[in-house]
Amino acid sequence: MFTPLFRRAGLLATAFLLIFIAGCSKKEVSTETANGKVLRIGNGAEPEDIDPQVVTGVGENKIITALIEGLVTYSPDGGIAPGVAETWEISADGLLYTFHLRDNAKWSNGDPVTAQDFVRSFQRMLTPSLGAEYAYKLFHLVNGEEFNTGKITDFAQVGAKALDARTLQLTLKHRTPFLLESLKHYAWFPVHIPTVEKFGGLTRKGSAWTRPGNYVGNGPFNLVSWKPNQKITVTRSATYWDHATVKLDGIEFYAIDKDDTEERLFRTGELDYSYTLPLNKIETYRREHQDTYRQTPYYGVYFYRLNTTRKPLDDKRVRRALALAIDRESLIKNILRSGGQSPALNFTPPSDKFTSNARIAGDLDEAKRLLVEAGYPEGKNMPPVEILFNTSESHRVIAEAIQQMWKTRLGVNALIVNQEWKVYLNSQQTLNYQVARAGWIGDYDDPNTFLDMWVTGGGNNQTGWSNAEYDRLLHGALATPTEEARMAVYQKLEAILADEVPVIPIYFYSRIYAISPKVKNWITTPLDNRAWKWVDLAD
Amino acid sequence: MFRFIARRLLETIPVLFIIVTATFFMVRFVPGGPFDSEKATTPEIRANLEAYYGLNLPLHQQYTNYLKAVVLHGDLGRSTKYASRTVNEIIADKLPASLQLGGLSLLIALALGLTAGVIAAVKRNTKIDYFASSFAMVGICVPTFVLGPLLVLVFAIHLGWFSASGWYEWQDRILPSITLGIVYAAGIARLTRGGMLEVLNLDYIRTARAKGASETRIIFKHALRGGLLPVVSYLGPAIAGILTGSFVIETIFQIPGLGREFVNSAFNRDYTLVLGTVILYAVLIIALNLVVDVVQVWLNPKLKFE
Repeated sequence: MFTPLFRRAGLLATAFLLIFIAGCSKKEVSTETANGKVLRIGNGAEPEDIDPQVVTGVGENKIITALIEGLVTYSPDGGIAPGVAETWEISADGLLYTFHLRDNAKWSNGDPVTAQDFVRSFQRMLTPSLGAEYAYKLFHLVNGEEFNTGKITDFAQVGAKALDARTLQLTLKHRTPFLLESLKHYAWFPVHIPTVEKFGGLTRKGSAWTRPGNYVGNGPFNLVSWKPNQKITVTRSATYWDHATVKLDGIEFYAIDKDDTEERLFRTGELDYSYTLPLNKIETYRREHQDTYRQTPYYGVYFYRLNTTRKPLDDKRVRRALALAIDRESLIKNILRSGGQSPALNFTPPSDKFTSNARIAGDLDEAKRLLVEAGYPEGKNMPPVEILFNTSESHRVIAEAIQQMWKTRLGVNALIVNQEWKVYLNSQQTLNYQVARAGWIGDYDDPNTFLDMWVTGGGNNQTGWSNAEYDRLLHGALATPTEEARMAVYQKLEAILADEVPVIPIYFYSRIYAISPKVKNWITTPLDNRAWKWVDLAD
Repeated sequence: MFRFIARRLLETIPVLFIIVTATFFMVRFVPGGPFDSEKATTPEIRANLEAYYGLNLPLHQQYTNYLKAVVLHGDLGRSTKYASRTVNEIIADKLPASLQLGGLSLLIALALGLTAGVIAAVKRNTKIDYFASSFAMVGICVPTFVLGPLLVLVFAIHLGWFSASGWYEWQDRILPSITLGIVYAAGIARLTRGGMLEVLNLDYIRTARAKGASETRIIFKHALRGGLLPVVSYLGPAIAGILTGSFVIETIFQIPGLGREFVNSAFNRDYTLVLGTVILYAVLIIALNLVVDVVQVWLNPKLKFE
């Protein structure tokens, strides 16, 4: 004796029960391009775009390097291998690079990749009205900066020339020993000019040319689908000059911005590689999943900026005392759960090229002595310092630990201040802080990417610190005749930083992730980049 | 009724205008801009970038340009975060997922909530009532960021029936819809029980009983109509929220919906996307409140369209 309303409710409930039961079949792992070897990787947040001259992100880099190849690429061991350029010569003064492009380099629509493609792509990148954020990466070129800032309007004056279809000549305004390393970055990649022109023109940001069906690349893979906030799928390109080397049939880049979600997908076998792991899972993985757990060095440093324009941090003795009082080993072990990070006693992470001799090292007695000298014995009379960080549990616990260390070891009172990301960035840029947490990942594998931050007035300095000797040495470093001489200059720069302490280095990053044992030839590189053509998947 | 609806729709215009204006200026005055990032770029490049998006123009000009584009062309502008997408595209792309999630969740919420609420009221102070009320309390108290991962743990990881997250196949809709639906079901159950209890104590129900009407007739014919009034009031804004997506659910289950965009656009200072989602949300709230008012008059003859 049910009324219509009740009957409808009952039907509805039954329908949902049926849907639920019907859904309860054993889940098959699905892949849209499930033919052959398809690598499924967690790739962090949704890419902003996949136009190499528009984006700036790390996740975007992973996708773009699958779709487009530059003049050089990664070798199987992470070094430099020929890409579109088969060979190159560098002039004795290091200012002229001549690249010879291979004749079988093709775009995915069959067009040849020419030197003119590179020149016009560089022109696009440097055109002011495109507003490319990474345009400065091309400022090594003669007149690159002048063209981008509108001081000159004739691109013929910029140091990028196509001598013929297969010869590209780059003229630099100063020696740039890390140029080849820099060329691995997508800011230097070519785009297929006719395609970009077809979809709104060269200086229209974010046109439809980057959509599946429109995208023309020259890399080992072609774009198949892009489901925003879900995944980007690429498949092996038949037109890639080295397609015989490519091992995978496809790659799926999953846009996942939550560590826990990603870890669950890895655990259920829906991902072969996780971008990262949640902090609270590290110990479990290290203990119980050694076959999938990886921690590798990452070319980056976690540090605290000090506002050197404000008391008491305008006194280098105070800055140094604060740096000496941090127990980095304890932080790494107890707060970061020993995720492979290493204590940072200088600013530039160690690498094959360069390891700093300078150290912000000393005992606690020295720290206390410095505070006495500065007029703050046992922290007395010293105004409290504020530690600023952006909203994040890990930044908070690090700040709390350091706050405690400064209090118990030096008697210095510290307050912790939490700001939302963009507010925090604004506070740093306007020097509206005392101590601010920061992190820096190298743009390329060379110490220059870390040390040029601290030049007077540099956009990334944000400490108010200025040192004329530092500026002089830094500007002269690139002109040194040998790599040894250049690294010797960098040692001096590190020594100045260790003495003046405008920043307190805390730890060098590591990459922590999980990877399926099925994934083969997965090389580790300081910047966690690789050429996808070498990666393989066991059957 | 038509005059009432027409008047309400006309009233919508100044309301929307105020909302858009307030949001436009509020997001501009918040510290930090769309192009602030950890790696600073040169001032010249930043100026180029701002010129590209028209952010170098005086604020009043940006405002009038925006209003013109929205009113004359329905163009909500370009996203500064997702360079290759317009706000119109993003909304068109993400809204369907949110509508699917919201629609299914709403059906689950109504089916479970109304049933539990009516039963609890009718079987007042019995074990059934305690059970239904407990369900409501658990639903209200257990947040979605706990319930969602729990369901994933059981049904995706241990039993392997569903994907741990994603939005590809129809099965992927089930766990997130249940998670979101249960939360709203709990609220509906509580309100339904309260509304029903109030009505069941009124004189006309006693009169109906005295006249010998069956209990089923009393409940579904006489009581439910009045008992649902608080639920209907609740459902207006609830449906707007449920349909525009849930940030937490969309994040947990990796659903490409509008809820995540709504929250992230504010964090990213993606001015146009913030405005676009606010406009959409405002229109939905206004429209659904209008529907609620109409339904309330239909349910309660004492009310009139005025």
